[in-house]
Amino acid sequence: MADQNGNADGHSDDGGASGRTRPIKQLDSVVIRFAGDSGDGMQLTGTEFTRTAALYGNDIATFPDFPAEIRAPAGSLAGVSGFQLQFSSNEIFTAGDAPEVLVAMNPAALRTNLPDLERGGLLIVNTGAFKAKNLELAGYTANPLEDGSVAAFRVVPIDFGKHVTAALHGAGLSTKEVSRTQNFFALGLLFWLYDREPARELDSIRKKFSKNPELGAANVKVFEAGYNLGETLELFESTYSVPPAKLGAGHYRNITGNEATALGLVAAGKLANLPVLYASYPITPASDVLHNLAGYARYGVTTFQAEDEIAAVSAAVGASFGGAIGVTGTSGPGFALKQEAIGLAVAVELPLVIVNVQRAGPSTGMPTKTEQADLLQAIVGRNGESPIAVIAPATPAECFDLAIQAVRLAVEHMCPVAYLSDGSLANGAEPWRLPAIEALEPINPGFRTEAEGFAPFLRDERLVRPWAIPGTPGLEHRIGGIEKEDVTGNISYDPENHEHMVRTRQAKIDKIADRLPPAQIDGPERGDVLIVGWGGTYGSLRQAALQLQREGNAVGHLHLRYLNPLQGNVGELLARYRRVVVAELNRGQLRSILRDKFLVDARGLNKIQGKPFKVREVVEAVRKLLPAGAAREMHA
Amino acid sequence: MSAAQNGHEHEPRKLTKKDFETDQAVRWCPGCGDYAILAQMQKVMPELGIPKEKIVFVSGIGCSSRFPYYMDTYGFHTIHGRAPAIATGLKLARPELSIWVVTGDGDALSIGGNHLIHTLRRNIDLKILLFNNKVYGLTKGQYSPTSEIGMKTKSSPAGSVARPFRTLSLALGAEATFVARAVDTEVQHLQEMISRMAVHKGTAFLEIYQNCPVFNDGVFDELKDRKTKSDHLLELEQGKPLVFGKNAESCVKLDTARMRLYVGKVAESDGGVDVVHDEANPDPGLAMLLARCTPPEFPTPIGVLRAVSEPTFEDQTLAQNQAAIAARGEGSLQELLYSGDRWDV
Repeated sequence: MADQNGNADGHSDDGGASGRTRPIKQLDSVVIRFAGDSGDGMQLTGTEFTRTAALYGNDIATFPDFPAEIRAPAGSLAGVSGFQLQFSSNEIFTAGDAPEVLVAMNPAALRTNLPDLERGGLLIVNTGAFKAKNLELAGYTANPLEDGSVAAFRVVPIDFGKHVTAALHGAGLSTKEVSRTQNFFALGLLFWLYDREPARELDSIRKKFSKNPELGAANVKVFEAGYNLGETLELFESTYSVPPAKLGAGHYRNITGNEATALGLVAAGKLANLPVLYASYPITPASDVLHNLAGYARYGVTTFQAEDEIAAVSAAVGASFGGAIGVTGTSGPGFALKQEAIGLAVAVELPLVIVNVQRAGPSTGMPTKTEQADLLQAIVGRNGESPIAVIAPATPAECFDLAIQAVRLAVEHMCPVAYLSDGSLANGAEPWRLPAIEALEPINPGFRTEAEGFAPFLRDERLVRPWAIPGTPGLEHRIGGIEKEDVTGNISYDPENHEHMVRTRQAKIDKIADRLPPAQIDGPERGDVLIVGWGGTYGSLRQAALQLQREGNAVGHLHLRYLNPLQGNVGELLARYRRVVVAELNRGQLRSILRDKFLVDARGLNKIQGKPFKVREVVEAVRKLLPAGAAREMHA
Repeated sequence: MSAAQNGHEHEPRKLTKKDFETDQAVRWCPGCGDYAILAQMQKVMPELGIPKEKIVFVSGIGCSSRFPYYMDTYGFHTIHGRAPAIATGLKLARPELSIWVVTGDGDALSIGGNHLIHTLRRNIDLKILLFNNKVYGLTKGQYSPTSEIGMKTKSSPAGSVARPFRTLSLALGAEATFVARAVDTEVQHLQEMISRMAVHKGTAFLEIYQNCPVFNDGVFDELKDRKTKSDHLLELEQGKPLVFGKNAESCVKLDTARMRLYVGKVAESDGGVDVVHDEANPDPGLAMLLARCTPPEFPTPIGVLRAVSEPTFEDQTLAQNQAAIAARGEGSLQELLYSGDRWDV
């Protein structure tokens, strides 16, 4: 077939699965960014490519980046939606600092994303969209494809519209429907370029469009057209393969943070043998947790879309009072609204899990952009002395483990637990090695049923009060937000009792540290600079530390999953390094805590741009803290 | 009392009023209407045939919200305005419980207004008792969302200018399935209303006019005074005409041309239509007109304005969950994690 297309390059057929004629270059990893209008389907294109890469066995990491507006005016800069992914034959931790390949669907997408593209990178550009109106919307006075603006890149100009129109000629679709298939055309082209097997993707498209088989067939057609175009046109000098990564043996699936959070909550219900009530009010970027859980009704989860954020957390507290696992989910502004009810759960000592998928604030802020600025809100954001446990997953897949852990701590310690995810974790994806079911540790609710000797605030050695739920004969009792006498739970305004209760509630949270595994440093036992982080910055910090270590520097990385209480050995670990730098997507909230608790001269590496750290940013900042001449032999 | 002490009787013991009293000193002001309401509740509870461990009182903040501390059932004194939301979560988790929400005019209609209307529209099976004394008591006497226009308080020295809520209109506007009113001192009637709420399936809403002797004393006096009350109370009875007055000489009639009620004389032909009360009317229109009857033009209706049967929120939610299980079986952890696109290394 290739010969029929007049390919005279003299490249031999390598005998690969697809019988292609161009040489295949093997790469370790590739960073691709798809960019287009929010209506162009870029998130879907990116997700589909990611899924295939994951199933093929690559390590993957993704960073979807989209506007809050559902459909900003077509062609405008505000409406550009991007999806970046890195896929690799090595272990990777981030979606990559900068794309090596950019697929730009229109001038606005080119304008906003071109500055990120590596020089010499591959620019696949949809020339069909470069018309006067779109150029003007993007703020171009001249066509950038013709005025030298893209001279530093390997440009592959293709009129997507022309090709999909030809492919769907006579299919009976409207012009608009035809135009909306362009993303699958791009996907087909990328499949060819990176030597991906199309069969499974074609099945997936048909499945996705099973309710509208005509549209499904059209998308299959344009996908194939994109794939074949790569083969027939001599636009690319070669194709590429990225062999599977050497991941540890096991069963894998591709997962986003929000999906993993939902699965973790369901699993926690099973492990505790208790029903889960997830009460939530729609909010970006947390809504997908609600959507996912709404599909898990047959796993013992009830979802409740409440009238507002306060009702959602209140319903969760009510469910916990009834002996279910009460969970509420939200993002920063909603978290602020929930605080009074969280304080109630502190006072009445009931389990409660608050999932806060953080986004850039204050106020509405930037709903679709990531940030880590709710740490202090979680730890001290309520009236009165009102301690709760605070934990944060580090990667999308880890959301599963930490969601289970949030429920475990809430149920076994009768307290609220704030679980701090963030926008980049929520929508970012990575391969998840599935745990063995039998390895998951059960959660013990330990309901009180014995009436003899019962008192609502009689504590055990961990200072935990009994969970005595309505329906249990002989244990009828009253609880409330008014200060209460220890043991009996009767209303009390006694001054000594109040101080005792405040200190006891704090001590109960502090005692959680007794059960936590020690924190661990990735890197040398002792050294020059310890990078400390928490939450969704893990990938960038890990990659940066690895790079610095490979260069011969004594750099360590300590990533905290437990923010309140801290693990018992954190202070000792900080003391092992000459310098401590706390890297956070905020103005230094964890840094303040560490300084306060350990009197350590911690420096801050802070970024507040709604974006994750780039590996390069971390590496450069840490280098400045290294002693002069360190690792010079590596640089030489 | 021995049975209460052992607490594990298989033979259900006949409960008494005493079984519902706690050892906590009741701390409402002397003469507060709340005492009467508490007493009627403790009287009615043993008659309901519900084991007391299955009864829960949930309250918000305010004088009335201290109620749970005085009922020897499960109780939760929560935060301002949120009792309906907390009770909703409890009901979803434990649909078999009998859950009573105790709230006041500030708690339910001001800070908690949103939760109240959404609870009513969902028709979740909660019994909501709204103690309406038309004033903020616990915060010492500010005007409330049910205070009359012109009411002078510390926060409205020149008189309040906002129109009060007509509580029952609000409830009917939210399509509540059970809407009723009682007066704290009409104890027999109040007991009857509480019993009616207990058997209603869905959200049952009872407004109780309750006297605050400290900050709004006497606001309901004309409904309570033996000499005047028959002229000012209209007791609604199913299937009966809307007749009131010392000698049953007055009645509320319908002016069909203008779709409004008015007060006329019994058996006097004045072009209006006699109305027979039908609480079960699926159309809330007439109930809405009754809810708008306020003094001085009208007598104050008490009794059940509306009692209709609609599916409850919890039944429908749980039915969906059951349907999901019936269709594909109860999900296991193995199935949950190991489904979808997987690959093996």
